[in-house]
Amino acid sequence: MFEAVLLTVITAATPLLIAAVGELVVERSGVLNLGVEGMMIMGAVVGFAVANQTGSGSLGVVAAIVAGMAMSALFGFLVLILVTNQVASGLALTILGLGLSGMIGEAFIGVPGLRLPELYIPVLSEIPFVGPVFFQQDALVYVSFLLVGAVSYMLFKTRAGLILRAVGDNHVSAHALGYSVVRVRFMATLFGGACAGLAGAYMSLAYTPQWVENMTAGRGWIALALVVFASWLPFRVVAGAYLFGAVTVLTFHAQAQGLGIPSQFLSSLPYLATIAVLVLISANRRLTLVNTPACLGKPFVPDR
Amino acid sequence: MKSILRGAVAALALTAAGSVAQAADLKACFVYVGPVGDFGWSYQHDQGRLAVEEHFGDRVETAYLESVPEGPDAERAIERFARDGCGLIFTTSFGYMNPTIKVAKKFPDVKFEHATGYKTADNVATYNSKFHEGRYIIGQIAAKQSKTGVAGYIASFPIPEVVSGINAFMLGAQSINPDFKLKVVWVNTWFDPGKEADAAKALIDQGADIITQHTDSTAPLQVAQERGVHGFGQASDMINFAKDAQYTAIIDDWAPYYIERVQEVLDGKWHSHSAWDGISEGHVVMAPYTNLPDDVVEMAKATEAKIKGGWEPFTGPITKQDGTEAAADGVRLEDGAILGMNWYVKGIDDKLPQ
Repeated sequence: MFEAVLLTVITAATPLLIAAVGELVVERSGVLNLGVEGMMIMGAVVGFAVANQTGSGSLGVVAAIVAGMAMSALFGFLVLILVTNQVASGLALTILGLGLSGMIGEAFIGVPGLRLPELYIPVLSEIPFVGPVFFQQDALVYVSFLLVGAVSYMLFKTRAGLILRAVGDNHVSAHALGYSVVRVRFMATLFGGACAGLAGAYMSLAYTPQWVENMTAGRGWIALALVVFASWLPFRVVAGAYLFGAVTVLTFHAQAQGLGIPSQFLSSLPYLATIAVLVLISANRRLTLVNTPACLGKPFVPDR
Repeated sequence: MKSILRGAVAALALTAAGSVAQAADLKACFVYVGPVGDFGWSYQHDQGRLAVEEHFGDRVETAYLESVPEGPDAERAIERFARDGCGLIFTTSFGYMNPTIKVAKKFPDVKFEHATGYKTADNVATYNSKFHEGRYIIGQIAAKQSKTGVAGYIASFPIPEVVSGINAFMLGAQSINPDFKLKVVWVNTWFDPGKEADAAKALIDQGADIITQHTDSTAPLQVAQERGVHGFGQASDMINFAKDAQYTAIIDDWAPYYIERVQEVLDGKWHSHSAWDGISEGHVVMAPYTNLPDDVVEMAKATEAKIKGGWEPFTGPITKQDGTEAAADGVRLEDGAILGMNWYVKGIDDKLPQ
């Protein structure tokens, strides 16, 4: 029973985790991309379409990543090169993604999908309880954890990470030191797009293997909230995504058990939990400020 | 902040839906709660719209707005249609009831049709289908086929339409197995494939081997297919998503009604009414019975025939959850009582959200 719940939680949390880690890198570089939902849904539809046409789930995943990156490249061009307003451009990206995905996906409505195979890690997957939960997942679940580790290492242990954070914290100084702010931000934005596309592929190829319009149902926005929730720290994103997934799934179990708690209250629990944690975190103003990218959302035009 | 953003998104989405110059005799417009590609509720309404286009050709022009949130946004969407020269506007979700009535007051010359509601006016008709007839049949099938004797029901919102569906399912099941158990999970959304799938998994993990839903995506049925349990399609035939899992589906066929009403407007014979048709009129259609033994198929077809012959699934004896009598033996519940149902029948293992 507990094992079953945990398995469901993992599938519910993984798309949030992947998308949020990508957005975290973007925001660390000082760019606020509100288009996560749009990039995710594009990843979902393109991933589904390619997997469906070629019969290969891996190709679908790659295509979804490319689609997410293409969307984010458009965003990067708008806000970094043309220096448009980031909030408005991000919203436009979401609207574009939702509309465009509906158009691309029209031919795939009602077509059964292809599910990514589960990877059984030899020996380890045989361990009772631990095995099925941790070592019999589809590849993207492992990828999500590798991603968090890699991003955390990159941000805090490498020179590249230091430059990225410098650009996000003070673009004028970073520029004065000779770093190309726009190039760093563009790379970060592309990475965010790739992650959002991957998260979308998880939705349409692993979570619910099908294409229906608007199937991400607001998960891109949740991922955005999770980044703030995690105060821009990768490992806290894991905690946030899994907390959100766990509360969602547990409310269904509580209802199926017939506990008699009003379902409207249960449905709002994940959001209430998010608010509660946000309040707790922001109570320590000093610590929050340490991690908040100081130049988040501020445009930068190189002065030469 | 998020809700402001969402509002902005909705507003932009509304302005994005452009209108075309008018040449036809009538412009029939449709407001959908979900995307037309949901392969469920809104998809079926759109199939009805396409049928209207096909039937009338150039005489009737159609337009639609999809994913319109229930509530104030809906009012703007409906009013926009009214201003744009729509002569007949179908608002296809329960939550559009008050907005429809409000806009209808401002535009007395425009005719409105609101699905699944209960408020009418001189220029507002309501229409609905007796989905509960289909749900009675699938309840019977569930009780025949379940090994654990437990079914899981994924419900959207506690409105009469959904509640009567749950009750009809349970009455059908009890007619076969009086001890049948039903677990209900409210997901508080019409459409979120991820959540619906999670709810289906939770129900299966708790012993349900039949999954049925009153939400719009194919995700629960897909989970049933993967987990080796069974279920029923909702709104459209979902057999492609669950070849081994789907027993049948309750299909909403709005085309006959839409064509009829458009014709009446063209002929000047349109009147406000409250239409409520079901299996007999072909507005509710059972998808082919699959993955079932012959005797169960026969039973289902017999019940279908009985309903076509005028029998109502909500015929007594019906006992409410609190033990009071809803209908005595042989007494048929009045239409109003079914359309406004806010109580569970005895035996449902859930507390109805108020």
